[in-house]
Amino acid sequence: MIQLENVHKAFGPKRVLQGVNLTIPKGESMVIIGGSGTGKSVLLKCILGLIKLDGGKILVNGEDVTHADRDAFLAHFGMLFQGGALFDSLPVWQNVAFRLLRGSLKRPLDEAREIAIQKLKRVGLTPDVADLFPAELSGGMQKRVGLARAIAADPQIIFFDEPTTGLDPIMSGVINDLIREIVVEMGATAMTITHDMSSVRAIADRVAMLHGGVIQWTGPVAQMDDCGDPYVDQFINGRADGPIASVR
Amino acid sequence: MILTPVAGIGRSTLALLAGIGKIGLYFLQTMAALLRPPFYLREFWNALWTIGYNSLPVVGLTAVFTGGALALQIYAGGSRFNAEQVVPSIVAIGMTRELGPVLGGLMVAARVASSIAAEIGTMKVTEQIDALVTLSTDPMKYLTVPRVLAATISVPILVAVGDSIGIFGGYLVGTGRLGFNAAAYLKNTSDFLEVWDVTSGLIKGAVFGFLIALVGCYFGMNSGRGAQGVGKATKSAVVTASVLILAANYLLTELFFTG
Ligand SMILES: Nc1ncnc2c1ncn2[C@@H]1O[C@H](COP(=O)(O)OP(=O)(O)O)[C@@H](O)[C@H]1O
Ligand SMILES: [Mg+2]
Repeated sequence: MIQLENVHKAFGPKRVLQGVNLTIPKGESMVIIGGSGTGKSVLLKCILGLIKLDGGKILVNGEDVTHADRDAFLAHFGMLFQGGALFDSLPVWQNVAFRLLRGSLKRPLDEAREIAIQKLKRVGLTPDVADLFPAELSGGMQKRVGLARAIAADPQIIFFDEPTTGLDPIMSGVINDLIREIVVEMGATAMTITHDMSSVRAIADRVAMLHGGVIQWTGPVAQMDDCGDPYVDQFINGRADGPIASVR
Repeated sequence: MILTPVAGIGRSTLALLAGIGKIGLYFLQTMAALLRPPFYLREFWNALWTIGYNSLPVVGLTAVFTGGALALQIYAGGSRFNAEQVVPSIVAIGMTRELGPVLGGLMVAARVASSIAAEIGTMKVTEQIDALVTLSTDPMKYLTVPRVLAATISVPILVAVGDSIGIFGGYLVGTGRLGFNAAAYLKNTSDFLEVWDVTSGLIKGAVFGFLIALVGCYFGMNSGRGAQGVGKATKSAVVTASVLILAANYLLTELFFTG
């Protein structure tokens, strides 16, 4: 379970998060929606401790992340970054198997490679990409390698930052199904950021909308369409006019 | 206002001092990371290869030309008081004590501090450093420690190679252009060169190597956002590493050769 209480974060004069309150129950899939630049990625990084909070509290399984043993938390954690964030000095399979090649989860080389190739298959990539370098892949392929890396060590908490951005509709469908499967199969707690409404409907148990530095609305995905919140309504229907200004 | 330029100098001096403080803190963090496992051996070998082995041509070329020019100058200077025969020994002492480590260090700074800062800076702006953390890997241990260790070990070796090539450059010019007898040149070199001349230069090399990698990693890790951030980090790394090398060289020379 992840709990955010009154989380604040500003970069200089730019106030990005201004009192975020949100609870993600264990084993549920939470999807965060919101316009670009509203601080969704920053929110994820705050939970990870990659960005220091200005105020508020974040609890993971009841423990404050700023005090808790981050190594223990990260050992069961996976994340897909918005830009993929693959290590360009390593071939694809070593990226995917990164955790399995060092540290406490270390396996023999051929076993790690075998797992990497399996995970690549799960995200729709053939074994021949295993020995390529990230720079030799298209953006969509890099995204999927990033996804394979995030799930390589079967994490219990997974964050996906825009998993389907830059993919064709069919591949988006594959990835949506995959994320759903991971959550159901492994019982993982998932937090996904997306602008893609088909993803929201495929992945989410619950939806939260971030706008103006706070959670405008949160609730089960089934209630999203008639929640009556004008912000959510404008966003999910993609209307140019409404309470969300188009210049921001 | 007439005081504006003075205030500007004051501000940049304060910024410089703050920068030195931050690098000092980074140094302490590096030492702490160095002493705690895990140790990433493969990263270390890679760093040894790219920092050490790949710098050999640059350092060798620098040394051979420097040794040659040194021989010419010392000959010209020595001839003013009929002391041309000091050429071999002064070339050897000059190379091993000063020019080998300093010029070698500066060349490696240009080559290595820049590439480390650019590589780590790019990793930073493309979220690869964040990704490392989420994969339970400490960037200090995975990126900084191997590079700093590799540079500390390989720069003295580069300096030793540079010393030999520099002395050889002096020998070529001495025998080819200045009319020295080959055997006499070599005998003169080995008679006057002391072990401490060489080891003091090697110690300097180790310190310079440490500084080069530390500064490269520091500026990479603290790179600003975007391509511009990486460019700035790279420039700052080379400039800072070079200045630190020259300052450290003075301090070490004071320490080693006075009193
Ligand atoms: N490290 C940083 N330094 C300064 N500003 C940042 C930093 N990270 C994010 N921001 C700013 O915070 C805002 C939210 O960014 P982000 O969370 O990436 O948006 P998104 O919701 O599209 O993921 C943006 O305006 C961005 O410029
Ligand atoms: Mg984002």
